[in-house]
Amino acid sequence: MLDEAAISARVAEIVTAHQGMEGPLLPILHEVQAAFGHVPQAALPQIAEALRMTRAEVHGVMTFYHDFRAAPAGKHVLKLCRAEACQSMGADRVAAHAQASLGVDWHETTPDGRVTLEPVFCLGLCACAPAAMVDGRVVGRVDEARVDALIAEVR
Amino acid sequence: MKVWVPRDAAAKALGAEDVVVALQAEAARRGIDLTVIRNGSRGMVWLEPLVEVEGADGRMAFGPMTPADVAQVFDGGPKALGLTEELPWLKSQTRLTFARVGVIDPLSLADYRAHGGLKGLERAVGLSGQAIVEMVKTSGLRGRGGAGFPTGIKWDTVRQAPGERKYIVANADEGDSGTFADRMLMEGDPFTLIEGMVIAGLAVGATQGFIYSRSEYPDANVVLAEAIRIARAEGVLGASVLGSGRRFELELRVGAGAYVCGEETALLNSLEGKRGVVRAKPPLPALEGFMGCPTVVNNVISLATVPVILERGPEFYAGFGLGRSRGTIPLQIAGNVKHGGLYEIAFGLTLREIVQEIGGGTASGRPVKAVQVGGPLGAYLAPHQFETPFGYEEYAGQNALIGHAGLVVFDDSADMLRLARFAMEFCAIESCGKCTPCRIGAVRGVETIDRIARGDAAAIPLLTDLCETMKAGSLCALGGFTPYPVMSALTHFPDDFTATQKEAAE
Repeated sequence: MLDEAAISARVAEIVTAHQGMEGPLLPILHEVQAAFGHVPQAALPQIAEALRMTRAEVHGVMTFYHDFRAAPAGKHVLKLCRAEACQSMGADRVAAHAQASLGVDWHETTPDGRVTLEPVFCLGLCACAPAAMVDGRVVGRVDEARVDALIAEVR
Repeated sequence: MKVWVPRDAAAKALGAEDVVVALQAEAARRGIDLTVIRNGSRGMVWLEPLVEVEGADGRMAFGPMTPADVAQVFDGGPKALGLTEELPWLKSQTRLTFARVGVIDPLSLADYRAHGGLKGLERAVGLSGQAIVEMVKTSGLRGRGGAGFPTGIKWDTVRQAPGERKYIVANADEGDSGTFADRMLMEGDPFTLIEGMVIAGLAVGATQGFIYSRSEYPDANVVLAEAIRIARAEGVLGASVLGSGRRFELELRVGAGAYVCGEETALLNSLEGKRGVVRAKPPLPALEGFMGCPTVVNNVISLATVPVILERGPEFYAGFGLGRSRGTIPLQIAGNVKHGGLYEIAFGLTLREIVQEIGGGTASGRPVKAVQVGGPLGAYLAPHQFETPFGYEEYAGQNALIGHAGLVVFDDSADMLRLARFAMEFCAIESCGKCTPCRIGAVRGVETIDRIARGDAAAIPLLTDLCETMKAGSLCALGGFTPYPVMSALTHFPDDFTATQKEAAE
């Protein structure tokens, strides 16, 4: 577990690396999340001060976007597309199957901390639906058997 | 031996990486020296991963390939499809914007040049901004993001706007379900987008561009970042574009999972590091956009079409199309369809031709029930509307929109009430919260549709009324267009909104 001093040092590095950029807050939050797996609460006032924004503003931005997490996700993140093209090929059924297999609902993590299940709205794989993403790797034509295989891979 | 295996996300999602490994192993086993080029996708997603092999008469196609089939690439077999260019699906297209996608190595600027790349920009550096704008106006190009606003007029507004700093922003936040043209272009021919943005910069006097992409597109972002690096190193970007002495810089930004940031003013706020909240218009972004400066915000496909207009002339481009919809449109045929993928053709095909003839009907083999055109804010079209020709005005006449030209096919198992409910639910999840009709209306919409599902027919007029309010009172297309899928489902498929009483009773 990183202590606050380590977080602060890394956040300072990230903020410095974005100096001179126009509208740097999203790139900074992305990089902070890439570094820690989430955006630690302690990072927000530090970012706010560096960008001359209020803490409330930074908090507002961080919480507006679905991608940014206040707490770490499970070891693996399984995203299943819920959008229309995937629905037309049975995504609802596949999602229900995945939820039952993992024993979690959307946005939840399995008790062992291995897998977080998240909905996503369109991966641009609409001609090979239903689509999924496992830790950034895209998968097409995800039926019940394939989702079981994906779950077996990450459990 | 030279082979092409797409690096396109759809090809990867269907196993392209495993096919590459198997091909290399098979070549090594046979003692063959194999060069693998990672191209974009040809757009025939049902044939992905599509492997191509250099032959005496052209590239030979094999697909859909699996690791177990790779020996056929060397020996022939049932997966051999013949010459790629002769495949009917590809041959019947008019590929202007997508001419190079799937053909070239997306990250080879030499390959790009060899296939006509940079000709448009070379022409543009010798022209005045006004002359470039006139060419784009004459081409009849309209915004391919969905709004259909004439690109040349938008550029002219920015060109004439006072201000020392101006910006070009490529809206690559392609969040609409059923659309993947931006993704395919960015993964398969990123220099075309870059070239279009530089031309836009020269036309309006902007020296800085941003591509606002999505976190859901990690593969595209890798290609874009590398293409920008190469373009800078080769002098396409930088202090002196192609040695012209004129500057244009470009930066890739990635969104964070907010659908509403595909709306141009929310996108600009996000780019500035703010919440992706919609801005009221006026002022237009063309006058007060990024950081309050005059800004061109164009869809990826609009910008990527500019190079071919400059290269081959605006009259050539305007020579294709129908009515006020000039040029070509990359149709994205998706969902429950047998032959899904990207098909670029002049405007004017009927939905029946697109879905039945090109798409081959449903993947399930069941009858087509509805086609949603234009993403989650687009209407569901019923079979009696399938003769509508593909064009901006033609769809508007059907209370529908072409949007970004994504078409999602549904078979007769689709429950239109459920899909209408989803449209409202999606709006509620993604609403930026700024205006009440969208923020509250979408939540009430879900509740009202649930009432209808429970058999409460009195809720139907309420839903209609709510949709009118959202349509007239929302600040942007999210709240304003969500009524399209809802009302089209209700109007064309009323049985799905009444037959549920039985289910409720069960």
